[in-house]
Amino acid sequence: MFLINCPYCGERDQQEFKAGGEAHIERPKQPTELSDDEWAEYLFMRKNIKGVQFERWNHAHGCRKWFNMARDTSNDEIKAIYKMGEKPPTQ
Amino acid sequence: MSQNLRVKSSEFIDETNRISFKFDGKTYYGFKGDTLASALIANNVHLVGRSFKYHRPRGIMTSGSEEPNAIVQVNPNSNITEPNARATEIEIYEGLEASSQNCWPSVNFDIGGINNFLAPLFPAGFYYKTFMWPKSFWEKYEFFIRHSAGLGKSPNTRDPDIYDHRNIHCDVLVVGAGISGILAAKNAAKNNFKTLLLDEKNELGGSTIFDGNEDNKINHNSAAEWLKKEINELKNIKNLEIKTRTSVAAYHQYNYLLARENLTDHLVKKDKKNKIRQRLLKIRAKKVILATGALERPLVFNNNDRPGIMLSSAIKKYSNFYGVACGTKNIFFTNNDSAYESALSLHNKGIKVEAIIDIRENSDAKIIKKINDAGIKIYWAHTIVDTRGYKRLSGVSIMKLSNDGTSVTGSKISISCNCLGIAGGWTPAVHLYTQSGSKLTFDEERKIFIPIADTKEQISVGSCGGDFELDEIIKNLNYKLKNFLNINKTDFEGITLENDHETSKRNIWLLPSDQTIGKTKPFVDYQNDATAKDIKLALREGFRSIEHVKRYTTTGMGTDQGKLGNMHALGIIADTAGVKMGELGTTTFRPPYTPLTFGTIVGRNVGEFFDTFRRTPMNDWHIKNKAKFENVGQWKRSWYYPKEGETMHQAVQRESKAARKSAGILDASTLGKIDIQGSDASEFLNRVYTNAWSKLAIGKCRYGLMLNEDGMVYDDGVTTRLGENHYIMTTTTGGAANVLGKLEDYLQTEWPELDVYLTSVTDHFATASLCGPNSKKILNKIIPDLDLSDDNFPHMSFKEVLIDKIKCRIMRISFTGELSYEINAPASYGEAIWQKCIEAGKEFNITPYGTETMHLLRAEKGFIIVGQDTDGTMTPIDLQMDWIVSKKKYDFIGKRSLYRSDTMREDRKQLVGLLTEDPNIVLEEGAQIVSELNQKPVEMLGHVTSSYFSPNLNKSIALAVVKDGKNMMGRKLFVPMENKNISVTVANTVFYDEKNERLNA
Repeated sequence: MFLINCPYCGERDQQEFKAGGEAHIERPKQPTELSDDEWAEYLFMRKNIKGVQFERWNHAHGCRKWFNMARDTSNDEIKAIYKMGEKPPTQ
Repeated sequence: MSQNLRVKSSEFIDETNRISFKFDGKTYYGFKGDTLASALIANNVHLVGRSFKYHRPRGIMTSGSEEPNAIVQVNPNSNITEPNARATEIEIYEGLEASSQNCWPSVNFDIGGINNFLAPLFPAGFYYKTFMWPKSFWEKYEFFIRHSAGLGKSPNTRDPDIYDHRNIHCDVLVVGAGISGILAAKNAAKNNFKTLLLDEKNELGGSTIFDGNEDNKINHNSAAEWLKKEINELKNIKNLEIKTRTSVAAYHQYNYLLARENLTDHLVKKDKKNKIRQRLLKIRAKKVILATGALERPLVFNNNDRPGIMLSSAIKKYSNFYGVACGTKNIFFTNNDSAYESALSLHNKGIKVEAIIDIRENSDAKIIKKINDAGIKIYWAHTIVDTRGYKRLSGVSIMKLSNDGTSVTGSKISISCNCLGIAGGWTPAVHLYTQSGSKLTFDEERKIFIPIADTKEQISVGSCGGDFELDEIIKNLNYKLKNFLNINKTDFEGITLENDHETSKRNIWLLPSDQTIGKTKPFVDYQNDATAKDIKLALREGFRSIEHVKRYTTTGMGTDQGKLGNMHALGIIADTAGVKMGELGTTTFRPPYTPLTFGTIVGRNVGEFFDTFRRTPMNDWHIKNKAKFENVGQWKRSWYYPKEGETMHQAVQRESKAARKSAGILDASTLGKIDIQGSDASEFLNRVYTNAWSKLAIGKCRYGLMLNEDGMVYDDGVTTRLGENHYIMTTTTGGAANVLGKLEDYLQTEWPELDVYLTSVTDHFATASLCGPNSKKILNKIIPDLDLSDDNFPHMSFKEVLIDKIKCRIMRISFTGELSYEINAPASYGEAIWQKCIEAGKEFNITPYGTETMHLLRAEKGFIIVGQDTDGTMTPIDLQMDWIVSKKKYDFIGKRSLYRSDTMREDRKQLVGLLTEDPNIVLEEGAQIVSELNQKPVEMLGHVTSSYFSPNLNKSIALAVVKDGKNMMGRKLFVPMENKNISVTVANTVFYDEKNERLNA
């Protein structure tokens, strides 16, 4: 059970949050221009890496805000938490 | 009954408080402070159970939670009996009843014992290998296997006890109250850390408290006496909470730990009453100090499992703590110095110790001299090659070990005894440490897995961290605590320490016998009857991964999770396969450390508190009017309102007819309602719904269909434009929270530029839906001032009105195909408005109807229910709802997916109507649909999604999804059922009032 530092509310228990999958996958601005393969890439393909992964989280039972998290999936260490629209940390 | 093995009064046992209890139907006596195990041993009862596979007689092996053999059924004759309780942990109380498990008809004469003699027929993987052939016999085999499987008897009525959960936040959590844990907790609390100290036992002090070794001294006093003074001081310390009988079950990420606090199991029946039995502590600690100690290892040799063979440390605890002798003629078998302490404890109490057998060549520990002085014979470099006695140990045979330890030499010596203490060294209890995600390293010299490193949030101290000797424990504890708590000094810094040191070491994972291994039974996992032989067989058959060997041989898979034997399993695998133990790794330590009752896990969330539920403002009226309820999401919704003597079918048929003939009223308060405001509200709706919204006039309503990005139908509902930048969206009852979440997601992450604000107002409004040809007349009685003409208030429009000064929103929308009005009132006035409708409707025989009638009426009209007629694989095109998908809009959620090759396939499953050839047969929802009856294998074309008997059409109707259904209009298909094949015809989905004339009736 993680302890997550919501950028708007502070440290809260994981049960207040909902995980929202891989971060930084932008919805294509012009979907109709895309081939089936390109659209499928956006729709279905996710990395699921072992190591530091960027993920979306939602403080569902709190402020309802979405934010991003850099989490090491091998040991569940939360490396960074940053707001939507911000760039992922480089380190 | 005499307690003939009670040797000496013990300060931990209250001999003035005699307690009677029953084991296997026989009455025995013990004292307050005894465990079931210590009391049975005092009565010379060692045979307490049978092993799982071979049904071999088994006795008490340990004195703690690691017990593999003495697992018993508590209250065996009660409906609320509890299986698999450890006799070593059950504190006796007046009236306790327990019995042996896994034996029939009795532990003394167990028919399953035949398996022991058939043992050569039951190698590892026996079931996998044997019952594969002939294939068709599997069902017969399974019957017998299932009957002999399982451990203990489960209760068969509801658990009457009360359980509880508690959240605890603390600065420092200390797990284990041995000498390390006590000193750690004391110093943390003294330095202003809010500290919690937990121990699974009922007494503090761990093994030091009954140590009895005169050579272990602190400040020139015995270590036990010094520690007792420390414990006494704990009660004067602020910031410190101590919980005994509390076992930490799990250690999750970020120092989140679950512990089970046992509150009443040790009390007599009348004191248990109305009290919380067990409490689950959910602990979030800033820092965790693990002081979980170490578990003594057995030794693996031929027939090492007879009743009377116990861990050496357990014998010491029974003697020093409980004042009980485990045997009258004792032998110890060891590979280290600790067995000598146990032997000396017995000797000093006048209990006979026949001999000590040590696999080492010698030891220069001081205690050896004391053993020699006591006249106890030591057999150096010897091993036990066999044991005797079926239901109780009667003797051992020993032989000299070869230099390399792989064989025995010389002549066999036979020694008689009725108790054998085995000491195979110590395994740090790193279970919780590894559960936290931390890694172990293998110390080749000492043959133990120890924590790799401490962190800022967690340390392991004492023997769980690999420190076994008193001076080493205290010195390292002092150093680690100062760093961890960032303090200058501990209160035990500078105490003087004296203790013996162990220098001589020898470890042999599998001890040799004079017989070939095939003829021996060296048990590694006592509970699951896995022997060293099974492990070697698994390796011969090609298993290499420790996880695979574990599952194939079932080593470590019992209720004790292999706390005793896992290290030997690893050692034997490493030796046999010629790899290093460190490279082999360990199997995963999974929570819980000791089993938890289901009651503890669920706590208060039972019965009506199993899940939260929601009731509408009109709920009391529904109850008064005898509604039956159904669960929809978390809501309790009126299902139907049976009149005296009516069945559900009769009630629904009556309600359905009334709603079309005159007037019905439905409580629709549960529909999700989302208030949408902002200058981009219209654009937002354009993007989330499949149809266009920009041109919807203020005061008008529109039905919308929402897709997932994959093009599949997600939710539907009517949205009303209340103002230029203000809409109110309704969602399905079950989908409300998810829809709001999804819309927020898009707003916050994809379209942050849109000026839109969402608020859930589901609970703020109560909704009464008036339906039927007389609904206009009823509404007119309630609001005479409002012009209800089709010109002023047409279908799909909205009015805000005052009813008795209460501001209400009325939408003229319909889910039944009848003229309908939905009156939305502020929730607190919901029941009043509902009552008003009922009063006004009396002269029209207004009929309240529930969800079942609502479903029937909408099915007559072919309206879908998302989640019933759709299942996340249906596009709007599949639902034949092409009309609602805008071709003009450049984009909306899911649009692109509607043009994928797969979603454009012609032969997808599509929604159609079905009519049965016999109009009286109602199809079963979920029934499969085929076109050929004799085809093998038969092709399933689809299934029935909604099915009812329509009283308004006087025939059975159904909706179904059928492959290529669009092109099958009029085709005859079949619905094969268990005892008949039902002929059906594919039809239009709209069965009633195809031209929608009744909306304006």
